[in-house]
Amino acid sequence: MNMIAPTSSIAKAVATPRPQIRIVIVGHVDHGKSTLVGRLLHETGSLPDGKLEMLKAVSERRGMPFEWSFLLDALQTERDQGITIDTTQIRFRTPSREVVLIDAPGHAEFLRNMITGASQADAAVLIIDALEGVRDQTRRHGYLLHLLGIRQVAVVINKMDRVDFAHERFAEISREISEHLIGLGVTPSAIIPISARDGDGVTARTPRISWHHGPTVVEALDTLEPARAMDDLPLRLPIQSIYKFDDRRIIAGRIEAGQLSAGDEVVIMPAGKIARIKSVESWPVTPVAGKLGAGRSVGITLDRELFVERGDIVSHVGTAPRDTRRLRARIFWLHDAPLAKGAQILVRLGTKEARATVVAIDKAVDPGDLASLETQSIQRNHVGEIDLALAQPVAADPYLENPNTGRLVIEVAGRIAGGGLVLSVNAGERAIPIDIVPVESALRDDERSARYGHTGAVLWLTGLPGSGKSTIAQALERKLFSRGGSPVFLDGDTLRAGLNGDLDFSPGDRSENIRRLAEVATHLARNGHIAIVAAVSPSADDRAQARRIAADSFREIFVATPREVCEGRDPKGHYAKARAGNLANFTGTGSDYEKPDAPELTLDTTTRSALNLAGDIEQMLAKTGIMSAEPADIAANI
Amino acid sequence: MSDAIPGASKRFPTSHSGDLAPAMDHLDELEAQSIYILREAFARMKKLALLWSLGKDSNVMIWLARKAFFGKVPFPALHVDTGKKFPEMYAFRDQYAKEWGLDLRVDPCPPIDAVDPTLPPAARSAARKTEGLKLALAKYGFDGLIAGIRRDEEATRAKERVFSPRGVEGGWDVRDQPPEFWDHFNASPPQGAHLRIHPILHWTEADIWAYTQRENIPIISLYLSNNGKRYRSLGDADITFPVASNAANIDEILIELNTTKVPERAGRALDHETEDAFERLRVSGYL
Repeated sequence: MNMIAPTSSIAKAVATPRPQIRIVIVGHVDHGKSTLVGRLLHETGSLPDGKLEMLKAVSERRGMPFEWSFLLDALQTERDQGITIDTTQIRFRTPSREVVLIDAPGHAEFLRNMITGASQADAAVLIIDALEGVRDQTRRHGYLLHLLGIRQVAVVINKMDRVDFAHERFAEISREISEHLIGLGVTPSAIIPISARDGDGVTARTPRISWHHGPTVVEALDTLEPARAMDDLPLRLPIQSIYKFDDRRIIAGRIEAGQLSAGDEVVIMPAGKIARIKSVESWPVTPVAGKLGAGRSVGITLDRELFVERGDIVSHVGTAPRDTRRLRARIFWLHDAPLAKGAQILVRLGTKEARATVVAIDKAVDPGDLASLETQSIQRNHVGEIDLALAQPVAADPYLENPNTGRLVIEVAGRIAGGGLVLSVNAGERAIPIDIVPVESALRDDERSARYGHTGAVLWLTGLPGSGKSTIAQALERKLFSRGGSPVFLDGDTLRAGLNGDLDFSPGDRSENIRRLAEVATHLARNGHIAIVAAVSPSADDRAQARRIAADSFREIFVATPREVCEGRDPKGHYAKARAGNLANFTGTGSDYEKPDAPELTLDTTTRSALNLAGDIEQMLAKTGIMSAEPADIAANI
Repeated sequence: MSDAIPGASKRFPTSHSGDLAPAMDHLDELEAQSIYILREAFARMKKLALLWSLGKDSNVMIWLARKAFFGKVPFPALHVDTGKKFPEMYAFRDQYAKEWGLDLRVDPCPPIDAVDPTLPPAARSAARKTEGLKLALAKYGFDGLIAGIRRDEEATRAKERVFSPRGVEGGWDVRDQPPEFWDHFNASPPQGAHLRIHPILHWTEADIWAYTQRENIPIISLYLSNNGKRYRSLGDADITFPVASNAANIDEILIELNTTKVPERAGRALDHETEDAFERLRVSGYL
């Protein structure tokens, strides 16, 4: 093998690089996508040495005439069945572009793979067989390009050799496809007659298509533009994670739109918290001065400690995205089971994930079949418009205002099942159907506190398994009850047996478990009770969310028993099981418990009894205004 | 019925009138995308490891991880060792594991007898790594393995997902890869299975070298020409061969790559034994 470069090529290599453009080739099955790719690579001299010979040998072995498509159809099943199953990518150069060609399967069964490929493209080439004309996958792919946000589309009409290079046939198909695409808001940039097998129209305008005055395929590719970063839109920095590897608390994410720099005043949505960017962190050199624009992966620190979490969006004051629990979206559906009204799904919007209910379905159709009727559910490979009610507020933009933060994907059972564009964001609407009207209690707060001797509160006992949370909670419950109070003990494990029986111990389900505990506890607190929650709740972000839900009534109590002591006690036998490898996701043996930064109270169980510690909690409640210092003397009030 | 979204042609609103941020170049874009992928993996997987083969690609990947996490790689670097790497590679590993502050785990591969005897010889030798990987997965319980494969290396790798699910036995189901778009990744492997995460899938060989040069990332000297030959891709010493080349520095490598038609893995014997050797390796869990 020889790599040695001829000296004549050296000057060329160091010349200015061409802009890179990513192009997907789509169209109906067997209309010649892979053949066109093979032809393009061959004609632009982009095939590696020996590849042509390899393809000849592979074709012969299968008793087939030379098959260009084997270049990309690398999988054995693809070659044996002569179809493209999965999307692939290959590179070549035109006179003014570095092209990444994405080949996408045309077979309806592999639409998910077509979407996987096409979603990465700046522009598309839609291929149509001159003999067969516009078919259902041609229309479906055209529609999906529109939903994927691809607005630059060149059409090639292939296999012109099979219609004797007839101009009339070309004109007829051109009209039909133009009408379809323009109806979707896409104007084809060129329509080109070709024969991919023979080469007409690919790089050369051959005599057989002398009537064609438009560009060749390569010329058309040369006019397509790479997608530009959206620097001039309002700032959108969806938070990926918060890192505390050292004394910096770095908020990490990728700028999806706009730009930022240190000193900017920002608002973090959906909660609407305001802060200033203290620094823009980097490595190996930090901090970074000056502006950073869309497309950069960055890390920032803020000038104050705020509870922010993955999925929040950092934006500028005045141009923030809306917070909402209702969205309308136009989606494509890829899951085997149809999407029906009432379905419970998981929505991903940027880095945010939220549970949602489909409250309405409109205009569900097969985009491949123009005559199809609208239905009440969205079938696999069909499209439709849906209204979503979200379980928690999210920050979102309509697609038209911000393409990157205005699109979502839907997950079913841990696998992506569909996706689409946000058509509208209804700010402030709750996730509850409009026929439900919350009814408030008939009793007043002061009536309740007069009886119980305390106002409502959420006492959140957090600590490692076996730290003594439940024991302390029980002691406190007894104490409060004996002085006329109204404690309610919510044990994490007990609630998992019922209310939270559908949740496992994945991070997402742990969060949801905490959210539900917090909602229930807050409801009790609003009705004057003292809710005592005992839950490991290892994630600081989850506890921050609980504090947000319970607001002023929240008191965090850290049961700070060291791990070795907990493991020695092991009341539920969890540590033993985890050590033996039989308990996945068990908190305590690893380092995954995040200690509270600023709890209202920290308890040391190694030196003091549960009863004593319950007394400490009582004192803290008295000091922080939850209850009067002495048991309520009812007689004194008469 | 028109399905055009009303107003689709209108200009997007703008909020800034100040100076624009400096434009990103090609390497900036590649870097930002890889960092995004690494951070997604770290946020969504429970127990990650980065596969360090000591080659140019995984060295770039470690560099990207240090950028993503501000200097510290917050998960182990796993070297599944066939025991047959070049001495220069072991020396490199020991030096930079320390210098880069890596949590290095070295795990051996089982002997050749443990490997499918129907594979052609070089592929069978390489498949030891798959078996070693399976043992390491069972030992540590990783649910995500970060691997430095690229689409332009090889045609079945070109069909990969960024987050690529593996079965409980480590296998790759090429007929049923999940959809993946808009940088939303499927990050929920079935119980007992794992995901491969490919943060540099979209890079090319030339990108790797250009970035290595820009960032001044150390490399193993075997990549540079010595007596008219250099290694373009490094694997096991007994099944990897050098190419004829005068490129004695990265600039010269880039010039060669711009003109060559020799594929990158030409010196890797396992790719060329039979039409489907590499696919068979990958389906059963090879990188």
